[in-house]
Order: sequence, then C-alpha cells, then structure tokens
Amino acid sequence: MARAANFKNKALLFIGVSVLLVLAAQVLSTYWLSILTLVLIFGILAMSLDILMGYTGLPSFGHSAFFGVAAYTVAILSTRYGVGFWGCVGGAFLLSTAVAAIFGLLVAHTKGVYFLMITLALSMVVWGLAFRWVGMTSGDNGISGIPRPDLGEAVSMGDDVNFYYFVLAVYIAVFLLIYLFLRSPFGQSLKGIRESESRMKNLGYNTWLHKYLSYVVAGMFSGISGILWAYYNGFVSPSDVEITASFEAFLMVILGGPGTLVGPALGAGIIIFLQNFLSAFTERWLIVIGTIYILTILYLPHGIMALNIRGLKFNKTKTLSNDQTSGGTS
Amino acid sequence: MENTACLDLQGVTKTFGGLHAISGVDLNLAVGERRAIIGPNGAGKTTLFNLICGELFPSEGAILLFGQDVTKLPVHKRISLGISRTYQVTNLFPELTVLENLLLAAQGTNRAKFVMFRPMSFYREFYERAETILDEFNLQVQRDTQVKNLSHGEQRQVEVCLALIGQPRLLLLDEPTAGLSNAETQSFTATLKKIDPQITVLLIEHDMDVAFELADSITVLHLGELVISGKAEDIKNNKTVQEIYFGTEV
Repeated sequence: MARAANFKNKALLFIGVSVLLVLAAQVLSTYWLSILTLVLIFGILAMSLDILMGYTGLPSFGHSAFFGVAAYTVAILSTRYGVGFWGCVGGAFLLSTAVAAIFGLLVAHTKGVYFLMITLALSMVVWGLAFRWVGMTSGDNGISGIPRPDLGEAVSMGDDVNFYYFVLAVYIAVFLLIYLFLRSPFGQSLKGIRESESRMKNLGYNTWLHKYLSYVVAGMFSGISGILWAYYNGFVSPSDVEITASFEAFLMVILGGPGTLVGPALGAGIIIFLQNFLSAFTERWLIVIGTIYILTILYLPHGIMALNIRGLKFNKTKTLSNDQTSGGTS
Repeated sequence: MENTACLDLQGVTKTFGGLHAISGVDLNLAVGERRAIIGPNGAGKTTLFNLICGELFPSEGAILLFGQDVTKLPVHKRISLGISRTYQVTNLFPELTVLENLLLAAQGTNRAKFVMFRPMSFYREFYERAETILDEFNLQVQRDTQVKNLSHGEQRQVEVCLALIGQPRLLLLDEPTAGLSNAETQSFTATLKKIDPQITVLLIEHDMDVAFELADSITVLHLGELVISGKAEDIKNNKTVQEIYFGTEV
C-alpha cells in the first residue's frame, strides 16, 4: 500500500526531525539556538495561517492580530498585575481566541480580496490599540521586563536551553494537533470550501460556520505563538502587530507552500534566517524579502513544497483555489 | 404517508428586476415519481432548481418539501431534509481525488462533519458507501485520481455520485448528460435508470431521448411558465409544445 508507506515515511521523517531538534540544543551556540527558537515560534504562526490560506482558501492579511493580542496580554498581566505563568498563558489564550471569535463574525462571509482587505483593516485596529492606548499598552515604548516563566528550580526558563525545550515541546504538540485537525472530517470540509463553496452548500454544509470555525481555530493557534513570543523576547511593542508582521507570516506560507503543513514551517525558517542574516548587513532587508515574495509568486507559486525533493511528495493538494485573486492562472 | 407530496411548489414566482424568470409555477411530485422538465433555453429550468434548493428565494409563492414549508430555509438545511442536486456545469472539488470528493459528500449530511480532532479514516461507514457507489458507476480505477484529471464524461458521472452518496429522498438532476457523446449518453442513461426507485427524481434534460427514457411524466416550461404536464406520448403530440420547439406553422 503506497498510502501506508507514505504515512510511514512521513512519521519517520517527523521523528527524525524532532530528534535533531532536541539534539540541536546541545550543539548550537547560544546565538543560533535563539534563532532556532524564533523559527519554531514563527513556524507555529505560519502553520496557523496556513489553515486559512492553504486549506480554507482565505488569504488573511491580518493574522498577527491574534499573535499581538496574546503577546500583549502576557505582557500586561505579568508586568502590570504580577499574574503567574499559567494565569498569563490562560488569559492570553482565551483573549486571543475570543478576539478571533469576534473578528470572525465580521469576516467569515467574505472571501478573496475582500477577506484580505477586511482582515488587514481589523489588524490595524489592534495595532491602533497597541499604539494609542498608552495607559494600558505604553504605546510606542512597548512593554518590557516580561519575566521568563519559572516552573520550579529545576526547569527555570531563564536558561535559554530550557526555554528552547519548552518552545520545542509546544511546537511539536501544535504541529501534531494541526496535522490531526487537517485530516479530520472538519479539516477535509475546509478543502472542499476552498475548491467549491457552492457545491459544499449543496452537500449540506453550512459553509459560513465552517469558515468561521476555521478562522477561530487559526486565531487560537496564532495566539499560542504570540504567548511564546512574549516570553522569548521579554518585550512587546506595536511593531509586533503592525502590517509587516502579518505580511511576513503571509510570505512564510506563500514561500513554503500553502496547503501543506511542513511548507509554512520551512518558510518560517527561511524568512527568520534571512531576516537575522541580512539585518547584519543592511537596514533595508525588507527590500530583499519583498523581492523574494515577487520571485516566489512568479516562479514558485505553490512554494518550495512543490519542488519534488528526492521523491518525497508531501503535497497532493498544492494550491489556493482557482477563484482566488492572487497567484497566476495558467 | 403515501399521500404526502415529495415536493410541492405553490405559485412560485421569481423576478430579477423586471424579468419574470419563473411565474406562478405549481408543481407537485409524488414520492418515487420520475419527472423530467423540458423547455427551450432560458425557460427558467435551472432557476427553478435553484429555488427548490434554496440558492435563490422565491419572490412569491411557497415551496414544500416532504410536507414541510421550506420557503425560507437556507440551502444546507434543505439538503439535510433529504434533497440533493447535480449541476449543469460540472461543480466538483478539482484538486481532490474522486474518493475524497465522495467522502466529503458522504459526511455532508452527518454530524461527523464537525469533528475536528479525529482522523477522517476512522469513519469506515463513509468509505464503505464510497466504495459501493464507485462500483455502481464503474469508477474504481479512477478512485485515487484527482478530479481535475478525469475526462469530461467521468466528471459528469462523479457529479451524480456526489448527489447520490448522501442518500437523498429527492434527487434533482440538471442535464446529467450535458456534453457527452452519444455512446456515453446511452451507457450513462442506463446507469441512471438503475437509481433506487425509492428516490424521487426531478430531471432537467435537453436530450428528448434521455428524458423519455428516464421519466414517467414530463413537464414543459416556457418563458418561466408551466405549459403542460403529462405522459411522454401526450407531450410529443401536443401542438403547443411543438410550436414552442419548432415555431408556429406558416
């Protein structure tokens, strides 16, 4: 059975990569380990966005909103109110999911360019709050001094290696959850909506509800990456929720390959690496990122996962829907 | 229960601005009936289907399904009552395989469609139903082919498979043989004849041979109005119908 063999290959690869990631902590220098931590955090963000972009077929340009809400919640609760680790995590998780649930009501009936514009507008609302609500968010100055979580003497997260393990554990859990989610009956229904929403309605699906729920689930996972980011960076500022942040997540998915789970994770790795590598040479690294975006759309519209690397085929479904406005139709 | 009509349209009217696409149509389908709707282009046949499924709402009149007023119900709720339809222009999930298409259709009327953290492959029942349908339509070879790579004829068959797998009580077929060759049409018609007699079928068809072959009775629609209903023979010999199709005699 090719199907079973394929699954076994994937499982082996997953375990192999996980082991490598665990071992990486012993080998890498502090600098590279912190970069890798960042890659994992933004990998979660990119994978969560891919639920919308690659599966439901809704290109969101405001995905950093939930990331930002979660990060700010952790920052405000821990520095202003002295709330402990679990309180911060729970509060941030609930609030970012709640914001997704409210935004979802406004966006779930749109698609294509309209969806893109309205999600962009809503993320600007969050940015506006972060920037203008100085009493709560400290505005442009951001909030610094977010303490790393401390789970007893033995596992102090102040230690970069321990924190890396913590992020890795969350990453693996999220990866498996999203993997399962996408293969569930509900996850399959999202692909159906991407391919033909009218047919889905005529098969008995309330497509609005499915789109809405996928938006909330995507927002929820995005919030998890925001929580990790706040603890990683120890500092949040409006730049975490501005349009560039959403755009980067968008690019990670496009570059890696929408509709695949591994693609966006790889895309996150490439973008984060380039960002840190290039910013050592030039302040104008955004020009390079923009160029990559254009080249990807022109020459690799289905992302690097569409490249058939050593016969490992991950992507059976590889594209945004046909009635999507972005991307070339050939 | 025998007396309950499967589908009952009462004075259904649909206007688009000043255009009367459908005006005052009364139509009654008994359970198990096979009815074909014929009429020239622009007669309003597909509009009528869209009204029955709920993709459009009537401007006037009422629609009853299995004795229940569904005039204001959205599409997915009507589907869950037991109707399903096919499209004149093939409307499938092109990037998915034939099997994946069928599974999506099978779970559409099932609560399982909301399950988020349990793999699809756990639902053996859907797979079994998909296999049965694949056998019936002779599509086993194409099982794992992406639908976009199927021939037009095969896509037309999958179109009907998707409508059947949800186990509907009322099936609306919108020109199932559109674009098929003569040979394909014949074999496909034979397959369609084998559809479970319990299922009520409403059929739009341009090909008269297919319409007469599949349906017990025929309704003629012209410019949004119901002209006549009757047995195939009566329709063939009806003067009005001949005029609609061939124009008036000089």
